[in-house]
Amino acid sequence: MKIITPIKQVPETSNVKMDEETGTMVRDGVESIINPLDLYAIEAAIRLKEEHGGEVIAITMGPPSAEKAIREAIAMGCDDGILLSGREFAGSDTWATSYALSRCIEDIGDYDLIFCGLQATDGDTAQVGPGIASFLDLPLATYVSTVEKVYIAEESSYTEPDENSITVERLLEEGYEKLRLPLPALLTVVKEINYPRLPTLSGKRKARDVEIEPKNSEQIEMNKDNLGLQGSPTRVVNIDRPKVTRGGRIIDASEEGKQETAVEELVEYLKSKEML
Amino acid sequence: MSYQGVWTLAEAKKGEIKRVAFELLTRGRKLADKLEVELASLIISNNVSKEEARRLIEAGADKVYLVNDKRLENFIVENYSNVMVELVEEHKPEIILGAATTMGRTLLPHVAVRLEAGLTADCTELDIEEETGNLLQTRPAIGGNILATIHTPRHRPQMATVRPKSTSPAEQVPGREGEVVEIKYDPGLYDGRVERLSFRTSEGEDVNIVDADIVVAGGKGLKKAENFALIREMAGYLGGVVGASRDAVEMDWITYPHQVGLSGKTVTPKLYIAVGISGAIQHLAGMKTSENIVAINEDPDADIFKVADIGLIGDLFELVPMLNERLAREKEVEKVEV
Ligand SMILES: Cc1cc2nc3c(=O)[nH]c(=O)nc-3n(C[C@H](O)[C@H](O)[C@H](O)COP(=O)(O)OP(=O)(O)OC[C@H]3O[C@@H](n4cnc5c(N)ncnc54)[C@H](O)[C@@H]3O)c2cc1C
Ligand SMILES: Nc1ncnc2c1ncn2[C@@H]1O[C@H](COP(=O)(O)O)[C@@H](O)[C@H]1O
Repeated sequence: MKIITPIKQVPETSNVKMDEETGTMVRDGVESIINPLDLYAIEAAIRLKEEHGGEVIAITMGPPSAEKAIREAIAMGCDDGILLSGREFAGSDTWATSYALSRCIEDIGDYDLIFCGLQATDGDTAQVGPGIASFLDLPLATYVSTVEKVYIAEESSYTEPDENSITVERLLEEGYEKLRLPLPALLTVVKEINYPRLPTLSGKRKARDVEIEPKNSEQIEMNKDNLGLQGSPTRVVNIDRPKVTRGGRIIDASEEGKQETAVEELVEYLKSKEML
Repeated sequence: MSYQGVWTLAEAKKGEIKRVAFELLTRGRKLADKLEVELASLIISNNVSKEEARRLIEAGADKVYLVNDKRLENFIVENYSNVMVELVEEHKPEIILGAATTMGRTLLPHVAVRLEAGLTADCTELDIEEETGNLLQTRPAIGGNILATIHTPRHRPQMATVRPKSTSPAEQVPGREGEVVEIKYDPGLYDGRVERLSFRTSEGEDVNIVDADIVVAGGKGLKKAENFALIREMAGYLGGVVGASRDAVEMDWITYPHQVGLSGKTVTPKLYIAVGISGAIQHLAGMKTSENIVAINEDPDADIFKVADIGLIGDLFELVPMLNERLAREKEVEKVEV
């Protein structure tokens, strides 16, 4: 099987510091990591490779420094990686990102599966996975929580359908839905799917030595009008910092006597909000 | 023909239109009124009656496009996308709103790519730019640390998904007029590659914390698993569900589907009550857009108080039993009155 995992490099945001004056994120000293959810996508891909053979290729679109994300993916067990990097991609929104990545995937060719994270922690959009599937006209399953079965026709001794397929469960609002998709297909995964492994020693060695040559729109055929800011339908017009403080009423209920009145006030509040 | 009018995508299941469809009408009506254009809703489903569709008209839609077919009974993105692209290309609405549900967040990006449309995810605020008439879409990003406002200057339609529960549903006004247009499904739009095999509902009773109106959440301050009974009791009186911080989940006091926050679920209920939760940024990211927030914590400097509308500083093991007793009494009174 040939499996492709698009991964995104994001700032480590679990401890975001904001510049109070400009309302922007302080990036100095902030480490860049693989988007946490993409680790689950990588793990899912590697597990299938281990079961069915083949290779996993990680791809990322980003600045030259995003090469680090590819190396980390290889250290986990991916076989190869592609860094899509160039000025022409700067300012891409999810439409333009989906376009560029879909061209890169077409360029690789002959793939069976694409695993994306559900969403990236910086943008939180969850749009790039479905976007790539749409560009490539691939069957799509989002919110995948279990890979139940992969059916590869030539591996099978039965005379079952001659079409390769994958059966997955998706985690939806009300429960789990089971789908069967013919291959090639694109899946976006949620955390329940597995527990990502740590890099191995041999993986780290391989990651250190591997040659990663950045590719851009010169090496891969792309419509230049669709790239970067120019190819992006959306534009950011304003960035604001949300009010963190609601300025609510904080009542001291730390001593006896004060407690009853505080609880009473809370009950009145709930009534005023029609919660009781 | 130029692009005109506002559309909302109305999700339906088993013949019934979902609540979130009415929330979208609140948003859509405001935009349509500002632009002085028509507001239409699109239903792609099976067995949705004209009467059911009329509820959307009563709630503010001027028109409802209704596509029923057994092949559309369940959401399969390829099939829905084909229907939607066809109708949008025919009618050319300038704005399309969907809900940021698992369906909306799958279908709209798929459609936006094909229409070369701009799409903004998980918006909490929508408005019209005075000078240009462009849709202004505001959404939280980077774990809720910033609010970005986005527009789509040159492409049409302009598309957005809107966070469920970020606005109240439009009220139905009986007798309000409008038209339900039934559209015959073109079987040529059926994709058929993906097959839906089965569906099972989540185990456990009330883990759907995302859709709940009231969430009562407990954290490490509860000290041990048994004490979650206090939280369950409160949730019971209020008709809410139980949420938790990650630390509570990691202690195995409660299961992961209850976790609120960056690595759990994002909830926007009408009421969120945080008990013994410090209010770490990762927790706040999952609940700070709740309509009303109540906090109970013994530490006056706990960050949870920064986002609280009302906060009680004190020992939860004294305050919560008192509160539960009061809530129980309220219930009694209610019963007597009924
Ligand atoms: C990448 C990443 C992702 C994360 N994702 C999440 C997430 O999704 N959700 C999440 O919740 N956290 C998440 N966290 C963890 C988060 O940083 C905090 O560690 C966690 O939220 C703390 O949980 P807590 O408030 O229950 O515990 P604590 O921070 O220990 O707070 C307990 C609170 O209880 C109060 N208390 C104690 N005893 C009493 C008493 N008797 N009466 C009243 N109050 C009392 C204390 O004053 C304290 O404020 C994440 C962290 C990282 C790094
Ligand atoms: N620049 C990128 N390079 C590679 N993959 C990406 C990129 N942006 C997004 N993705 C993939 O798309 C998923 C969803 O991202 P997003 O739509 O930004 O929330 C991520 O989890 C990645 O798998």
